[in-house]
Amino acid sequence: MTAAIHEADAVIIATGLTKTFGAIEAVKGIDLDVRRGEIFGFLGPNGAGKSTTINILCTLLRPTAGHASVAGWDVAGHPDDVRSAIGLVFQDPSLDAQLTARENLQFHAFIYGVPAAERRRRIAEVLEMVELTDRADSIVMTFSGGMKRRLEIARGMLHTPEVLFLDEPTIGLDPQTRRHIWAYLRKLREEHGVTLFMTTHYMDEAEECDRIAIIDGGQIVALGTPSELKAMVGGDVVTLATADNATAADEIRRNFGLDPVADNGSLRVEVADGAEFIPRLVREASVPVTSVSAHRPSLDDVFLKLTGHAIRDEAAGANDMMKMWARAHRGRR
Amino acid sequence: MSTQGSIAGVAPVTSRQRQGGLAGTLRGIYIVWYRDLLRYWRDRVRAVVGLAQPLLFLVVFGAGLGSSLGGAFSGNAASGGLSYAQFVYPGVMGMAVLFSAIFGAMSIVWDREFGFLKEILVAPIDRSAVAIGKALGGATQAMIQGVVLLVLAPIIGVKLDLGSVLLLLPFLFILAFALSAMGVALASRMTSMQGFQIVMNFLMMPLFFLSGSLFPLTNVPDWMAVLGRLDPVSYGMDPIRRIVLGATLPADAVNSLGLTLFDQVLPIGLEAAILLAFGAVMLGIGVWNFRRRE
Repeated sequence: MTAAIHEADAVIIATGLTKTFGAIEAVKGIDLDVRRGEIFGFLGPNGAGKSTTINILCTLLRPTAGHASVAGWDVAGHPDDVRSAIGLVFQDPSLDAQLTARENLQFHAFIYGVPAAERRRRIAEVLEMVELTDRADSIVMTFSGGMKRRLEIARGMLHTPEVLFLDEPTIGLDPQTRRHIWAYLRKLREEHGVTLFMTTHYMDEAEECDRIAIIDGGQIVALGTPSELKAMVGGDVVTLATADNATAADEIRRNFGLDPVADNGSLRVEVADGAEFIPRLVREASVPVTSVSAHRPSLDDVFLKLTGHAIRDEAAGANDMMKMWARAHRGRR
Repeated sequence: MSTQGSIAGVAPVTSRQRQGGLAGTLRGIYIVWYRDLLRYWRDRVRAVVGLAQPLLFLVVFGAGLGSSLGGAFSGNAASGGLSYAQFVYPGVMGMAVLFSAIFGAMSIVWDREFGFLKEILVAPIDRSAVAIGKALGGATQAMIQGVVLLVLAPIIGVKLDLGSVLLLLPFLFILAFALSAMGVALASRMTSMQGFQIVMNFLMMPLFFLSGSLFPLTNVPDWMAVLGRLDPVSYGMDPIRRIVLGATLPADAVNSLGLTLFDQVLPIGLEAAILLAFGAVMLGIGVWNFRRRE
């Protein structure tokens, strides 16, 4: 356990976390630490070990080997202490659709031991936070998918957890609802300082995280901020057009030590940091620059480079399609 | 190494209430039980439909089978002029309890399928609270279903007094609890609704038929007498019948209907104890299943 001390402000620490189901090794020795107050993303295709890892951290599964602690408690030795320090938003809905929103929250407040004096106030606060106050006494069955998800986030925050785990929090939701959910999540972090640990296989969602661990085949293949990860691909790609491309190319070679390539009437050059490069280029170029643009390598590029396969290939496997169908079907009821 | 096994260097939050312990378990039992009753109350249609089957049995067997058995029953001096409808009435009450207890346990499989079970299982309470709360919730519903049938007593021609009704309640509850605990023990391992229904149908009918609810176990072939005494429901059905018919029949007539073991009529207290022991074992299995973590 002593080996698990990395940083004083780490709220989740995992060392050598391993989980086998029979002959299948789902998680192969994961090391990570999540800092207090950060939004930490777990990015990978389905079957990569994301849910298994999150289930171990939430004490729903026991690790086969290795250690993990959440909010200072060992997940294997003190599951109840871990459980009272965390909130959970599951991949699949876990509300009682026959009860009202308020009744769902009351059940949660009671089972998590929120003191009687605070229960009413906390419930009102979390309902307000996700803008469901006016639907508090409606039966959950009548809610849309996005409303259910918001209610689940509210419920996860009800007992003021230190860490909120979200397993694919926006799966199956339309883009507008997804943006909405993200606004709530950022607000949570800002106003309550809660640490968010989420799994996702949406690249744009991963971009919103402070740090990301990319997981593939049960192992973390990279861990860092989105820009750190994208820097692994080799920086930004800058595309420019000038009055005299040949002269500009010479100057770039001479002044920056870079190697621009002519491409369809413009120049393309890979640079470490496009935002820093472009103003210097425009200032130092002897010929007028008529257009310039930089695009960053996407996380898709990173994933592809690190694993040799694209994340989206597996994102919609047969099993996933079934789940999506079941979800959509359930949502319609 | 700090106390409580928390990781050195990371201070555990002191303001957070410790959730475990007996208080947490009791709170968990209460809220799991309460939710079940809330849902039962919401879904009154189900409760009414749940009474349809026992009523059907009462009408069909009471009137149909009763008229052809009429002589055999009312002519029997030992039965004290008991009609078949009167005989089968407590049996049907037991049936209502049996069916709704099993149905109540199905809510566990239902909760698993619709995800709510996960919300309960990750809560910082001992999982025994889930099994106990579910068993008590199912038992309460089943008992209510049994008690509701008491209103039929005047139609059937069964006399009831306050004393026997009050005595009946704990026995109905014990039967309801034992069967509900059995349902929980089975449902705790079941992942599909269909699987649970198949197992339950397979179990429910023999448990019902062999319990002495439709005919007394006093004059049956040896093999059935043995099976009937192995059926836990018998130990709930018998005291219910003896209490329900207690004010209608003379005492020795009631005793002659009583379940015997080694030629001794069992005291109803002993029957309750047997049933409670069975319920406790079933609940233990349920608790153990819920506590298991992979």
